Amino acid sequence: MSGNKILSVDRLTMRFGGIVAVQDLSFAAERKKITALIGPNGAGKTTVFNCITGFYKPTGGAIRLTHDDGKEIALQRLNDFRIAKQAKVARTFQNIRLFPGMTVLENLMVAQHNMLMRASGFTLLGLVGAPAYRDAEKRAIDLASDWLKRVNLLDRADDAAGNLAYGDQRRLEIARAMCTEPALLCLDEPAAGLNARESAALNELLLSIRNDLGTSILLIEHDMSVVMEISDHIVVMDHGVKIAQGTPREVRDDPKVIAAYLGADDEEAMAVMESGS
Amino acid sequence: MTAPSTHTTKPATSVPALLKTAVINAVIALVLFSLMVGVRTEAGSDGQLTYWTRFGELAYLVAAVFGGSIVIELLRQWIGPAGTEKLVPPAVQKGMSLVGRYLAPALLIFTLLVPVIFYDQRYILDLAILVLTYVMLGWGLNVVVGLAGLLDLGYVAFYAVGAYSYALLATNFGWSFWICLPLAGILAAFWGVLLGFPVLRLRGDYLAIVTLAFGEIIRLVLINWQDLTGGPNGVSGIPRPTLFGIPLDRSDDGLAAKLGIEFSPTHRIVFLFYLILALALLTNWVTIRLRRLPIGRAWEALREDEVACRALGINTTTTKLTAFATGAMFGGFAGAFFATRQGFISPESFTFQESALVLAIVVLGGMGSQLGVALAALAMIGGFELFRGLETYRMLVFGWAMVLIMIWRPRGLVGHRAPTVYLKKAQAISSDLVKEGHG
Ligand SMILES: Nc1ncnc2c1ncn2[C@@H]1O[C@H](COP(=O)(O)OP(=O)(O)OP(=O)(O)O)[C@@H](O)[C@H]1O
Ligand SMILES: [Mg+2]
Repeated sequence: MSGNKILSVDRLTMRFGGIVAVQDLSFAAERKKITALIGPNGAGKTTVFNCITGFYKPTGGAIRLTHDDGKEIALQRLNDFRIAKQAKVARTFQNIRLFPGMTVLENLMVAQHNMLMRASGFTLLGLVGAPAYRDAEKRAIDLASDWLKRVNLLDRADDAAGNLAYGDQRRLEIARAMCTEPALLCLDEPAAGLNARESAALNELLLSIRNDLGTSILLIEHDMSVVMEISDHIVVMDHGVKIAQGTPREVRDDPKVIAAYLGADDEEAMAVMESGS
Repeated sequence: MTAPSTHTTKPATSVPALLKTAVINAVIALVLFSLMVGVRTEAGSDGQLTYWTRFGELAYLVAAVFGGSIVIELLRQWIGPAGTEKLVPPAVQKGMSLVGRYLAPALLIFTLLVPVIFYDQRYILDLAILVLTYVMLGWGLNVVVGLAGLLDLGYVAFYAVGAYSYALLATNFGWSFWICLPLAGILAAFWGVLLGFPVLRLRGDYLAIVTLAFGEIIRLVLINWQDLTGGPNGVSGIPRPTLFGIPLDRSDDGLAAKLGIEFSPTHRIVFLFYLILALALLTNWVTIRLRRLPIGRAWEALREDEVACRALGINTTTTKLTAFATGAMFGGFAGAFFATRQGFISPESFTFQESALVLAIVVLGGMGSQLGVALAALAMIGGFELFRGLETYRMLVFGWAMVLIMIWRPRGLVGHRAPTVYLKKAQAISSDLVKEGHG
C-alpha cells in the first residue's frame, strides 16, 4: 500500500513532562514529492522533525521510512546519526547550524564523512596516502563544487562559513545536507530571513532537487509564497494535532486552517488568505 | 575557557561600571580573606584555642584587589585584542605574516642544530629536552582540546600510563625500549578509550571535572598498588635506551667503544635529544595528516557543532573516542621517553600540575595550532627557567606574564586556523569564527 510513500508517520506522540507537543499525528510523504508541514508558532512542527531525525525519542507511535528498493526502516528505533547514515535522512535546522570556523568547502567535505571514512580505510589507508583515498577525496571535492555551483556559492568556497551572509548560510546548509546524498531531505524553515529574490531562488533550488535528483522533500515553512508555490502536498498542524491536509488549493480554502492562523497571528493569517486570493 | 574571549566585543567600560566591578571584587576578597587572613587561629600551649586579628593585612589585601581589578580592566581596554588590530599598521602585519611563514622551518632547522651549537652546555641540552617533551605533550593534548574541543584536565594520566608501562615492562621482563615504546602508546590509548566510554557523553565542565578526577585516580592507584608500582618509592633502575641494541655507555660494546671514540656522557644526552625530537615530529606529522583526513575534519566539526555532526551521520561517540585515544597514545609515547630519560619515576612526577601546565601550553599557543603550541611550550618552560634568578618572585612574574598574554591575545599566540582543503586558495580563518568546543 505504501508503494510510493517514502515516509509514513503513524500516531506519533511526543510529550515533554506535562506538555504534549505532538499528539497522535499521522501523515505520509510521497516519494519524489515536496510535502510541506505548516502551522502557527509552537504547533509542534520542529518537534516532528526532531522525532523523524532521531534527536527526540517519540513517546509513542511509529515512523517508517521506505527506500526505493522497498527496504523499510523504523526510524523511531534508530539513533540520530544512524538515521542520517543508514536511513539517509538529511536535515537542516531552524536556527542554522553550520561549522562557522571551517570553510564552505570543508563544511561540504564533513557532510561526506562516512563515504570518505570508508575510502580512507578508516584512516589507515589515508594516513599512508593511498591513491584510492586520494581519488575518493577528489570525487568528494567535485561533488561539493557541483553543489556550490547549484547554490551559487562557488566563489565563496574557501571563505569561512561563518563569514557568509545569512541567505548564503541557509543555502549552504541545504547544500551540505544534499552532499550526504539523502533519500529524504527535511528542511526546517529554509526561507526564514530571506528577501523576496532569495526566496524565489530557493523555490528554484528545491524544485530542481525534486525534479532533477528525485529527492523527496519534507518542508516546514512559514513563508506562504514558498509553500503554496512548490508543495505537492500540505499537512497543517495546530497545537500538536493535524487539522487539515491536501493540495495547496484545498488547504488554503479550508476554514479550519484560516481559523488556526487567525487565532495565532494576524500577519500569518493575512499571508495565508492573500495567497488564496 | 570561553571567559577571556567574552570580553573582546564589549564596548569600553564607563567609570561607574569600572568602579562597580572593582567594588564587587573587593567585597568578595573581604569576605574570603577576613576568615583566611583577618582572623588567625592557633592551638595554644594547653590545646585551647587562641586567636588574634590581623585587620591591617586584610585591609592591604582588599585594597590590592580593588586596585588590581581597575588595572586589569583598563589593561583589557588598552592592549586588549580590539586595540591591537587598529594599533598595528598593515605593513607591520604583513611583515609578521612573512615571519610566520618562515618561522616554522627556521625553528626546525635551529632545533636540529641545538646539540651542535650547545654541545658543551649540558644545562641547555637538558632544558631543550625538557622543552621538547612538553612540545610533544602539547601536540598530543592539542588533538583532544584544540581539534576535538574536549576539555581534558587529566592528560597527565596517559603520560603516567606510558611511563609506568615502559618502566615495568623493561624492569620486569627486560624488554627493550623500542619494543616497549609502541606498547606504552597502545596501553595509554587503551586507557584513553576506557576512560572515554563512560565520560564522553558528558559535556563542558562535567567532562573537565571527570577527566581531572581520572588523572588523580591513576596517580592514587600508582601510589597505593605497592606490589606492582613500588608505591611512593616509584620504579628505579629503568634501562636507558639503546641505539638499536648498542648501549650508549662506557662498556666495551658501547657505542663509543665501537666507533673508537672517547666516551662522553654527552653522547647519551644528544641521543635523547634527537629521540624526543623524532617523537615530537612524528606526533606533529601524524596530527597534520590526520587533520586533512575525514577523521580530523570530523574532530574539528565536532568542536564547531556536535548536533550538526550527528545530523550528517557522524558517530560522535567513536569520533570523540578516537580523538581521546590518539591524544592518549602520544601522551604514552612521551611518558615512555620520560621514564627512559629519568631512569627513575614515581607518582610525584604525575600530579595535576603537569596536566595544567600542558593545558596552559595548548591554550596559550592558540588552540589547534601546531606552531603556536611549540612556541608556547618554549615560552612556558624556557620562560620558567629564565625567571629562575628571581627566586620567590618567579611564580608571581610568571603568572603576570600569562595574564598579560591572555589579555593581549585571548585566542592564544597563533589565533588563525588553516583550512584543511581548498579549491583555489587557502585562506587563514580568523579565530573569532572558530569555536572552542563545549564538550
Ligand atoms: N525539548 C523540549 N522541551 C520542552 N518542551 C519543548 C521542547 N521542544 C519543544 N517543546 C515545546 O513543544 C511545543 C512545540 O514546539 P516546536 O518547536 O515543535 O514548535 P514549531 O511548530 O516548530 O514552532 P515554530 O514555528 O515557532 O518553530 C512548544 O510548546 C515547545 O515549547
Ligand atoms: Mg520550529
